[in-house]
Amino acid sequence: MRNLVFLLQKEFRQIFRNPTILRMILIMPIMQLIVIPLAADYEIKHISISVVDQDHSTYSSKLVNKMTASGYFQLVEYTQSYAQATKTVGDGKTDLILTIPAHFERDLIKFNKAQLHLAADAVNGVRAGLGTAYAAQMIGDFNREIREEWMLLPKFNEMPQIEITSANWYNPHFDYHLFMVPGILAILVTMVGAFLTALNIVAEKEVGTIEQINVTPLKKHEFILGKLIPFWVLGMVSITLGMIVTFVIFRFLPVGSFFTIYAFSAVYMFGVLGIGLLISTFADTQQQATLFAFFCMMVFILLGGLYTPIESMPEWAQWLTRINPPAYFIKIIRAVYIKGSAFSDLIPEFLVMIAFAVGFNALAVFNYRKRSA
Amino acid sequence: MSTVRVENIKKTYEKGQVLALDDVSFEVKSGELFGLIGPDGAGKTSLFRILTTLLVPDAGRAEVAGLDVVKDLWKIRQIVGYMPGKFSLYQDLSIEENLNFFATVFNTTVAKNYHLIEEIYVQIEPFKHRLAGKLSGGMKQKLALCCALIHEPKVLFLDEPTTGVDPVSRKEFWDMLDRLKARGITIVVSTPYMDEASRCDRIALIQKGKILELDTLEQIIARHAQNLYAVDADNRYNLMNDLRKNTEIVSAFAFGEEQHVTLPPHFQDEYLSAFLKEKGHTGIKVRKIAPTIEDTFIKLMLENQ
Repeated sequence: MRNLVFLLQKEFRQIFRNPTILRMILIMPIMQLIVIPLAADYEIKHISISVVDQDHSTYSSKLVNKMTASGYFQLVEYTQSYAQATKTVGDGKTDLILTIPAHFERDLIKFNKAQLHLAADAVNGVRAGLGTAYAAQMIGDFNREIREEWMLLPKFNEMPQIEITSANWYNPHFDYHLFMVPGILAILVTMVGAFLTALNIVAEKEVGTIEQINVTPLKKHEFILGKLIPFWVLGMVSITLGMIVTFVIFRFLPVGSFFTIYAFSAVYMFGVLGIGLLISTFADTQQQATLFAFFCMMVFILLGGLYTPIESMPEWAQWLTRINPPAYFIKIIRAVYIKGSAFSDLIPEFLVMIAFAVGFNALAVFNYRKRSA
Repeated sequence: MSTVRVENIKKTYEKGQVLALDDVSFEVKSGELFGLIGPDGAGKTSLFRILTTLLVPDAGRAEVAGLDVVKDLWKIRQIVGYMPGKFSLYQDLSIEENLNFFATVFNTTVAKNYHLIEEIYVQIEPFKHRLAGKLSGGMKQKLALCCALIHEPKVLFLDEPTTGVDPVSRKEFWDMLDRLKARGITIVVSTPYMDEASRCDRIALIQKGKILELDTLEQIIARHAQNLYAVDADNRYNLMNDLRKNTEIVSAFAFGEEQHVTLPPHFQDEYLSAFLKEKGHTGIKVRKIAPTIEDTFIKLMLENQ
């Protein structure tokens, strides 16, 4: 116990003497929370569209007007030649081609039926998918409008229609930032916890100081606790800073309680520190540790549900997310921030957090052989 | 009474591919200043790491102050001081902070054992607030020695403490070791410098994981008496080549400006003079010399190849 106090003293002294670590802890949350939610936006706007109009009728120009007026589409080309439009796609200047065939209006009136053709540049799958979906929806609307127009001719009775209205629970204004920010908070704590710890321990190996420590009567657990506790504190500081930044910039406060957030963060931090510890047991140089950390971070973020919803992943990937600690933590922070979940609602997740904390640390200690370090 | 006892220690690396220590046995007496002398890669550091409980030997056993290095490692860590070959104190802590840290880790204080380090510490005390990483080589060495001494160890292990240190500091360092020895601390020190062998009570010449010879310096040299001559001539390059081509000559090595030539026992220096004159050398100088530890080490090395 007495030894631990001295180790902590030493550790904090070194951390406060290292401007890079302090800058990372202060600047990283601010930068990430300001830049990423503003830049990374799900909503796809400004889809470039080429219109191949071979009809030049009232209806065709009505349709084109409707689409460009929506704000989602940007007309980059209005031509008669499909070949010309495909060339524009090839040049990467347009995402979508809408072809209106000749006799579109005539067919529509005469046969009550006409065809349109949509082609999308699927290099960016998301853009192509959403673009065709938006376009299809608009064409559907257009279709309905025409029919309503015709119905006005008092031939039949009112046409039966189903209208759908939706309410967005918990995020009524569909604010994308409200979704992103808590997720980034979670990633932030993960980075501070796992990677600063790993780098710090590996640095002792690399510089050789661990050699001098190993010939002292310091015990394994004292050394490890001496490393974990300072970074646990830094992690908690980092999430506090993150929440302050979130409030200052986005005016978000958690709907749930701060207690729930801190309780989960406290346990989660130990799990994350365990990951850092584990990395440090098999990396001999800071370079190795950094590369490994990068790899982990990619997996954590991409399989963590930060950008892409876990529910839409293939089943095997969903299984992977179950052993991905940030996936849980992102979910928890979002639940508390947006939905206002209370601690009692998240008991199963809390148990998982404890399991991660115990599991990773046990694995790390098992792997860490002080004598041959 | 012996303080360090090594019996048939064997250590390999890379799953047995690299042999670092091959059946090494020796003893270090209490209060002795014992030198391990050998080139880089001889196995000196491996031996130190085993004796300081950082490494487990593949075979054999070793004791420090009567304690087994594998079983009683925690007790050994209390009583040994170790100074690794590479400076391994915290570079981002100051002299004073490093010293205090290592004192507290050993459950003691700097004040309690100040008498042990005083002589060395006063030399670096003016810079005590300077970070260890910003110290010169010699000062780092002194600080490392202070930190290794601060818990009043019974045995001190110093792995190449003078490598990369200037000649004056080297001499000072050995003077310090003499004074520590006078306090009754057993010291095991390794060095690649043959000239430092004379400062040790006894030395072990080690090469490729084997101890070639172990005794006092004088005894080792006496045991390996050689018919040795220092030779010089105007054209040194040709001199070297001619000497090496002569099959009668046991060995010829460049030693500074001269060639040290070992002749078979019954040969006289006239043989060398006549041989060189015949080869057309001018300015020939031949004198009989007493072998140094370096000559002896080379002889032993050749014999063991």
